[in-house]
Amino acid sequence: MSTSTQQWRGVASDDIEGELTAETSTRLAGRSRRLLRELLRPWRRALWWLMVVVVVENAARLSIPYLVKEGIDTGIPPIRASGDLEPLLLVVGLVLVATVTQAIARNLFLVRSGVMGQDILLSIRRRVFRHFQVLSPAFHDRYTSGRVISRQTSDVDAIYEMLESGFDGLVTAALTLVGTSVLLLVLDVKLGVVALLCGPALVLLTNWFRKESARSYRATREKVALVIVHFVESMNGIRAVQAFRREPRNQAIFDDVNDEYRRANLVAFRLVAWFMPGIRLIGNVTIAAVLLYGGYLAYHGEVTVGVLAAFLLYLRQFFEPMMEISQFYNTFQSASAALEKLSGVLEEVPDVPAPTDPVPLLDPRGEVRFDAVRFAYVEGSVVLPGLDLTVPAGQTVALVGTTGAGKTTIAKLATRFYDPTDGAVLLDGIDLRSLAPEDLHRAVVMVTQENYLFSGTIADNIRFGRPDASDEQVEAAARSLGAHEFIEALPQGYATPVSNRGGLLSAGQRQLVAFARAFLADPAVLILDEATSSLDIPSERLVQQALGTILAGRTAVVIAHRLSTVENADRVLVLEHGRIVEDGTPSDLVASGDGRYSDLHQAWVDSLA
Amino acid sequence: MFAVSLAGVGLTIAIPLVTRAIIDGPITRHELAPVLPLGLLALALGVLEAVLIFVRRWVQSNAVLGLETDLRRDLYERLQALPMSFHSRWQSGQLLSRVTTDLSAIRRFSGFGLLFLVVNILQVVVVTIVLLTMYWPLGLVVAATAAPIVWLSMRFEKAYVVVSRRVQDQQGDLATQAEEGAVGIRVIKSFGRSDHMARRYDEAALELRATSLDKVRLSAKFWTFLEVIPNLAVVVVLLLGAIGVGRGALTPGELVAFITLLLSLVWPVSSLGVILAMAQEAMTAAARVLEIFDTEPDIVAGDQRVRSPRGHLRFEHVHFAFPDDPDQPVLRDVNLDVAPGQTLALVGATGSGKTALTALVPRLFDVTGGRVTIDGVDVRDLDLAVLRSLVATAFEEPTLFSMSARENVTLGRSDADEDDVLAALEIAQAGFVHDLPWGLDTRIGEQGLSLSGGQRQRLALARAVLAQPAVLVLDDTLSALDVHTEKLVEEALSNVLSETTGLVVAHRASTVLLADRVALLEHGTITHVGTHRELLETVPAYRDLLAADPVPPADPDAPTAAPRAAGRTAGASGAPTNEGARA
Repeated sequence: MSTSTQQWRGVASDDIEGELTAETSTRLAGRSRRLLRELLRPWRRALWWLMVVVVVENAARLSIPYLVKEGIDTGIPPIRASGDLEPLLLVVGLVLVATVTQAIARNLFLVRSGVMGQDILLSIRRRVFRHFQVLSPAFHDRYTSGRVISRQTSDVDAIYEMLESGFDGLVTAALTLVGTSVLLLVLDVKLGVVALLCGPALVLLTNWFRKESARSYRATREKVALVIVHFVESMNGIRAVQAFRREPRNQAIFDDVNDEYRRANLVAFRLVAWFMPGIRLIGNVTIAAVLLYGGYLAYHGEVTVGVLAAFLLYLRQFFEPMMEISQFYNTFQSASAALEKLSGVLEEVPDVPAPTDPVPLLDPRGEVRFDAVRFAYVEGSVVLPGLDLTVPAGQTVALVGTTGAGKTTIAKLATRFYDPTDGAVLLDGIDLRSLAPEDLHRAVVMVTQENYLFSGTIADNIRFGRPDASDEQVEAAARSLGAHEFIEALPQGYATPVSNRGGLLSAGQRQLVAFARAFLADPAVLILDEATSSLDIPSERLVQQALGTILAGRTAVVIAHRLSTVENADRVLVLEHGRIVEDGTPSDLVASGDGRYSDLHQAWVDSLA
Repeated sequence: MFAVSLAGVGLTIAIPLVTRAIIDGPITRHELAPVLPLGLLALALGVLEAVLIFVRRWVQSNAVLGLETDLRRDLYERLQALPMSFHSRWQSGQLLSRVTTDLSAIRRFSGFGLLFLVVNILQVVVVTIVLLTMYWPLGLVVAATAAPIVWLSMRFEKAYVVVSRRVQDQQGDLATQAEEGAVGIRVIKSFGRSDHMARRYDEAALELRATSLDKVRLSAKFWTFLEVIPNLAVVVVLLLGAIGVGRGALTPGELVAFITLLLSLVWPVSSLGVILAMAQEAMTAAARVLEIFDTEPDIVAGDQRVRSPRGHLRFEHVHFAFPDDPDQPVLRDVNLDVAPGQTLALVGATGSGKTALTALVPRLFDVTGGRVTIDGVDVRDLDLAVLRSLVATAFEEPTLFSMSARENVTLGRSDADEDDVLAALEIAQAGFVHDLPWGLDTRIGEQGLSLSGGQRQRLALARAVLAQPAVLVLDDTLSALDVHTEKLVEEALSNVLSETTGLVVAHRASTVLLADRVALLEHGTITHVGTHRELLETVPAYRDLLAADPVPPADPDAPTAAPRAAGRTAGASGAPTNEGARA
């Protein structure tokens, strides 16, 4: 990486942790081998069966030059002597049989190995997707969605690539090499030895290429990743790029990464430029040697024309798979890198594990209790030093405090996005850790500012938390939130598709849909974390009114910057460094006149003037 | 390049012919003398062939990669120059596939496909002629086998393209599902819907498996045929050839050369299908790339400059509609005059056109009627770089790039010195960057450290402030800040705004107070201009937008009052119970 690249990119922890110790890489290799074995285990029998098919296929293929030799050596003399066609017809018949056998075996192999590859792929996909779903939001925060997606796309593709081309290519190449060598020696030992003298040269050249191309391949991957990241970000951020006249500097950076990619590619291309003709050279020299020595032997009557012909045909086949083997190595490299990453993900233990023997939660009332809860995201920096808090069923509690006071942490603990470091969070007296995830999430729902909508229609999205809801129920939910009007006004009403990145809906409208989704799910406990901050005042007012409907009859924990939301709560908790410093009804706290809440309240009233 | 390849073709044919000479000479006629020169000839030809392949590849890799790199650079340059109206139509993924997949397709064809298309056809023709002159009945057999191979290849390619595209589409769908599962994980968790998502994913994955198997079966059939046909030709050639040799119509050496040559044709013939598909692919790719090169930027730079800019911003009868929806005017007859150094707040409901209005100043979009002027010059007559150095915008949804924090802040002024950067960070209350692991050198954005919404907004604000523009546009820049930080930012900003012309989109009264005057935007036009207090007193629509009452409405008739009261009763029994908090 050039220094200029380093400078604009800045430093990230990946760069530093990138260097692996020998010990780690051994561990990683062991881990991916384990995963590979697990994936192949159901296919053990099929693999043996495929091996048989591939051996038959190769045997049939390799027999053809031998049969050609037989045709020339034993078929022609009888014709010359007496016009007897029978020996020739026999050989030709055998060639035909070999051809048909090869065709059938080949087809069988391609289809069966294709099915196996697809099924293995399917099982990796399923496992990885489900595992990502099981892992906690804390993991996802760390891992970032970009990497989650590339694990499931490019890494899975890399494995497929290996299954598809690798197995076939490698097995065929290996069988061809071994089979041909044996046949050459059987046909004629002396000539065979001469032909196989090329072996060491081949091994040396292939080894050199394998090593070099692994290095250049990795370099190319790294460089192209830089090109892609820079390109995608420039295009996604084109508004900022143009508004801040960033184009020339962007172009300079792009030229830089683009050129580095070109150079990395050039190295790779030049390796092939040496390797390909190198193989051809060895092949041609071997053929010349066989011709010279073969001609000499033939002169002395030690080999026949047929043997010479068979040698030439076999040698052609001998050098072809070398390319396959060297290319397979790249495929294998990227597949094993992918396996390493995937096995890493699959070994990731959910830090919020589901209980093995869950306590059933039939009809949740919604009492939430924090029992001496201590919590730290990273060891040593405690966010909640020891929180005791009981929210009785049906109460609306507002959390107030500066950034970092621990409000969001409380919300995340109540929904079990995290588990407490010490102490327990209880719902209706049951530790959240003993509840089945489905039960817990039916009872406790959180709405945040980040109101992600899924592809599908508006109705699908509202129904997300309660898939069996009827159209009427969906509409009723939207109505009680004041979202019905704008949804009806959309081109296809409730059936309007929500595009991935929104666009059609404003931030406020998306938030209303998110609220309708939570309302329809009808949880016993609703947690709103800054859920209204992205709204403008008219929309917020709308939601404010709707909040009355939503919060009625259920426990609610509300976090809001805007005091207008807080003022409606039954109870306000003022937090500071993870401790509750004030606790009371909003009016009591204001009336007390000297607390933090009453200061905040006063500042807010002033700001409205 | 072609000469080198043609020489290669010649050699491929020459080597079997030398073989024939050796078999027919020394072996048949029992002469040892010609073996050595012929063998050495074969050796020389073989070495020459390898050298020629090397030269071809070496020269080619330079040329082809140069072409690809240049094309990619030009594409990027053009894309950066194309206006927002273009980029709002195109997703970055579509653009990415043009600079990666499409350019590789073009490279593959121009470097490999085109050459081999010509060379292979030539080889097939020459070899067939050689075979026909050697022994025409067998030559005919060989020529006849080429026909089904070419026909099959073309048919196969057609079917293959269809099924590959389907696989690609379904892969895209599956990737979308994976993306939703990742980006929406908090919502999924929050509603406990992981199983539902996994089922949806399963369905898509199964569908993809089925289509992929169709593809596997199709290509299995094709590759099998491709290997069977030449083998069948060998059967016929061996049969007829051996009879021919037996009857003296053909020498043994000729038969061996014949079979070797026949097998040397397998690859050139069968690859024709692949190469033709490659050609088609490259053609489509070229069309997709050209589509971008052919798009003319509709925002063209003027040539005027403003000598000492004062920052007098005027909107004169401005009309605006987005290019993809020209019948829906977003702004109608907007007239505004912001004197140098003055700050104007823009207030309006969601969708009233505030952001569109601010985008017209740096010409992210162009007006469709009227004009926007800075110091009396139409922004369309200004040099684009000059205009955009006069105007800086802090967007509501800030874009951070995967670069160092410093690079992100100095986006608009890469030559800014350390003091200016620190001052801008101070104004935006973005001091948190000093606490990042590597301070200002820490990489942020997608590939680096992720920041909260408020932190991102503060960096975007620092970026705009650092640009030291004559006109500073703040598009609801403070929406994600908490009350406390917002107040600090506003205090610092008021100093900056006292010297700079400001256009501030505001949702909150506190932000409006940064401005000298307020303009109310309703349904795409300015309905009122005045001070905050004036508008608050005289315009009900304005009050409705900005005044949230300090005390919740104690209106017993409000439709929401009843359930709310019910909710309260439920909780009343448990009025603040908090055992340990005060301990």
